[in-house]
This record gives sequence, structure tokens and C-alpha cells, in this order.
Amino acid sequence: MTTAALALEHRSPVRTLGWAIPALVILVALPWVADQYQTILLAYGLIMGIAALGFNLLLGYTGLLSFGHSAYFGVGAYSVALMVKYLDVTSMELFLAGAVVACVLVTAVFGFACVRYTRIFFGILTMALSQVLWSLAFKFFWVTGGTDGLRVPTPTLLGVLTGAGDKIEFLATAYYYYVLAIFAVCVAVMWVIVNSPFGRALQAIRDNEVRAAFVGIQIRKYRWVAFLVSGVFTGLAGALWVPLNGLTTPDIMHWTFSGEIVFMTVLGGFRSFTGPVIGAIVFNYLKTYAVGYTVYWQLLLGVVLVILVVSLPTGIVGTFERLWTRRRSR
Amino acid sequence: MTVLLETRALVKQFGEFRAVDRVDFRVEEGEVLALIGSNGAGKTTLVNLISGLLRPDAGQIVFRGADVTTQSVHERIAAGIARSFQLVNLFDQLSALDNVALAIFSRQGKTRKLWALAEADRPVWQEALEILATFRMDGKATVPAGGLSQGERKLLDVAIAYALRPRLLFLDEPTSGVSTREKAPIMDTISAVVRSERISAAIIEHDMDVVFSYSDRIVAMHQGAILADGTPDEIRRDERVLTTLIGTPETR
Repeated sequence: MTTAALALEHRSPVRTLGWAIPALVILVALPWVADQYQTILLAYGLIMGIAALGFNLLLGYTGLLSFGHSAYFGVGAYSVALMVKYLDVTSMELFLAGAVVACVLVTAVFGFACVRYTRIFFGILTMALSQVLWSLAFKFFWVTGGTDGLRVPTPTLLGVLTGAGDKIEFLATAYYYYVLAIFAVCVAVMWVIVNSPFGRALQAIRDNEVRAAFVGIQIRKYRWVAFLVSGVFTGLAGALWVPLNGLTTPDIMHWTFSGEIVFMTVLGGFRSFTGPVIGAIVFNYLKTYAVGYTVYWQLLLGVVLVILVVSLPTGIVGTFERLWTRRRSR
Repeated sequence: MTVLLETRALVKQFGEFRAVDRVDFRVEEGEVLALIGSNGAGKTTLVNLISGLLRPDAGQIVFRGADVTTQSVHERIAAGIARSFQLVNLFDQLSALDNVALAIFSRQGKTRKLWALAEADRPVWQEALEILATFRMDGKATVPAGGLSQGERKLLDVAIAYALRPRLLFLDEPTSGVSTREKAPIMDTISAVVRSERISAAIIEHDMDVVFSYSDRIVAMHQGAILADGTPDEIRRDERVLTTLIGTPETR
């Protein structure tokens, strides 16, 4: 066997699962050790993790920086709220299904327009379209409740579990595990997608668009599919977020929230698969404690971002990976 | 011999400048053709038109009897037209093996699959490895394309195009930027592959030694038009080619 054939043997699709099982065990065990507040805080982090995971399919794998992912998060959240308001739905499964359908429709149209452009033009267009949705949520108050937003009561999980008793207890146990299960499924699905032949094609488009076209890849079509998948993940996160928050307001459609998704992803490291998830969880803690600590929390986060970009351009996960390989090679 | 590809009165205009001027060009089944001409003669533009990177302003491109003039790049690739690039165009962060495997995945229509692991598709990796071996690159399979030498990058570029299993392969200066010593081995490798597989090849080349020793037929272009077309011996004796392109024997 040549060295290359040996190298082939070494490639195992399951080898990267090493980190996944211990991480899942910790997340499952957490509600027993942490208090309710901490568990709910983590549920928010996991939800943002799903959003960032979806976002990074575009940034990290396809090379497109979207500045409008708040739109899809918002479509997910508002479709749940509108299902409550107009259809009296309480089933969480129906909420998720409705949110996915709404997100597929919106991202299919938005994506069709956006993937015709790349770089800054793509970013500006995604942002402009998200602002359109934001202003709709803002102005059509008789439908969306305007700045007051729409209330969403605790849903029924799997047709049996309800938050009829202690709402906090429900959110910190049943709902937490519900979120965790969907988070785990989302991570697994995204992991397969980025490691699929399709995922390879996206990375090829990111690295060299012209050559990708000349191995027969239909650039725009693939970008569009990536956009769709990305938007649906983020929309699913929005749908999970709204019962936890109990309320959706136009703020989550605003472009500044898109900025937060970008921030999370860069914080964790967009060049790695786990980066956006870690970044989202860390960002969620950072923001929560910064808001509690000072009214100038945005200033604090701004400083963190500057330090990050200057000193740790590969993000938390990228830096950790570098230190880890350095230690092992020593 | 049967005609594989034919262009009819092909025109490409860049503003006032006519880069390709009513060109009738053909490639026959199984031949290795050299496309020569000074810089700006329109060689690369012609290849860009045929491969689909540019759209012609007028004229027709016929490949295997079908009009492909308005077809998109991926349709032309599916029909059997592949190309390499003058300035090497690779996926630099991917290994040599990954570069070739991507072309195979694409050829087999597998890049449309979201729900499958690329790594688990053994036949694809096996084929990719075989293609690298054909180009004597199997020792470099795991090296990122960005870390290869210029000569290896040139070969990998051709290997990617070859992995699409084309019937017609355009090679845009496969030995440019490579030391004189490396040129012959690269051309030997490419020539052996295309001749054994009976792939038609059209090679843009500036090095006249390469042109005369590896091609069956030579097409010389000048100012967007075809100046001469013939066997290496005919071209060697062609007065117009000698004066406009090669220079007089004394200067060579």
C-alpha cells in the first residue's frame, strides 16, 4: 500500500464524533446540577446555537456573509405567534412544522434574489430584505401587535406535556430537554450536510468559484439550496425561542440581531463546525451578564469584539484547536 | 477522421476590440492539437468561448453534432468538454486527492446529495487515487493543493479536468511558469494519458519545442483570426507563421 492508500484508510467519518458524546452527556446531566435559571439560560444558548449553525453554512462553508438572518429567526418566531393568535394551536410539533414551512417559502424567495450576488452586495441585499420584514412586523400592528409584540403561552410538547403547573419548572425541565433533543438533531443533520458531497461542493464554491463551475457545479443553484437550509435552521431556532421568551417583538427582526448572529459565529470561530455553537452559548452568557452588570453592555460587547478580531481571529474553537495541536505535537 | 468540435464564424468583441474574429475552428476525434499565437491573438478567448466561460457575440459552436452555443458550463461539461487554466485554478485548501474527488462527485451527480457522507464513498476515493497515480501524483495525495510545486499544480489542474472524463480537453498553457527541465515530463505525462484514452486535446502553448514535438496539428492565430492550420511540418515551413509568430530562424 502506498502512503496515499494508507491516508485513505485513516479517513473515517465517525472519527469526529469523539467530542459529541461527552458533550451530550454533560448537557443531559446539567438540569440536575444547575439551578432553573442556569438551565433556562443554557436553553437560550442552545437555541442561538441552532441559529448560528444555520448561519455558518453560508458564512463558513459557502463563503457568503448574510447580514439578514434575523429575518428567518423572526419568520420562525412570528409564524408560531400567529399560529397561536389566529389558529389557537398549542402543539409544539405543529409550531415547528409551521415555522419550517414559512421559512422555506420566505428563504426560497429571498434566496433567489440574494444568491445572484456575492460579498458586500450579498450582505447588503440580505440586510435590506430583513429590514423589509422588520418594518412589516413594526407597522402592521393589527396583525403583529407592533412594538408590543405577540404573546405566546407555553406549548404542549408531544401532545402530553404542558406548562399548566409551574411555568418555570416546565421551561427548565421538559422544555429544556425538548430544545436539547432538537438541538442534537440539528447538529447531527448539519454535520452530515457539511460532510456530504453537497457540502464539499459548497466549500469548493467558497474556495474557487470559477473552478467549481468548471468541474460542473451549478454555483447559483447550490448557493440557493445552502441559503434555504441555512434559513430553515435559523427559523427553527426562532420557533423554539418564542415559547421560552413568551413574547416576540419586532426587535428580533431588526438588523442588529443579525449582527448578533454574526458576532456569535465569529466569536466561536466560523472556520470550524462547532465554532458557531460554542460562540452562541458563550455569547448568550456574555450578553446576559453584561446586561445585568451595566447599562453600557453594548460598549462592553463592542470591546470584546474588537479584542477578538485583533487577537483571536480564528475564534474560541480555532484558538483552542491550535493550542491543542501544539500541545500534542510537543 | 470525424469532426468532434466545430466553431462557425465565432465572434467575441470587447468594446472596440475584436478578440475573436469570425473564427472557423475544428477539433477532430482523437487528435492532439496545438493552438499557437502571440499574446492577445485570441487563443484563450476562443477556449473561453468554447468552454462556456464567455458567451460569443455571433457564430455557432457545434460539439458532436449538437449546437452548444447557448449551453451553460455544466451542460458542456456533461457533454464532454473540460478545460484546465493558464493561471492554475485549484481548491488550495483541499488536498490533491480532495480536488480530484470533487470532480468525480460532480461528474457522477453526487454533489446534489445532502444526505450522504462524502468520506464513506469508497469507489470515488479509489478512482481519485487511481487518477492521481495516472498523473504520477499519488505520492502527494494528502498534500493541500496550495502546498504543491508549480509543476505539480499544473498536473493536478489537468488531472481535475481529466477526472470529468471528457472527450475534448482544453489545456491552457500546461507548462507556463514551469522550469524548462520540468516541461518535458509534464507534457509526456499529459500526452500519454490523452493518447491512451483517445481524448481529443487542444493545447495552448508558447514553447515551440513543446508544440512541435507533441501535436498532430497546429492552428496559429493572429489578431483574433486563424492565420494557418496544418501539420507541424507544414507550420514549420509556413512563411506567415514564421514572420508573425516564431521569428526568423536567426533570432531563434
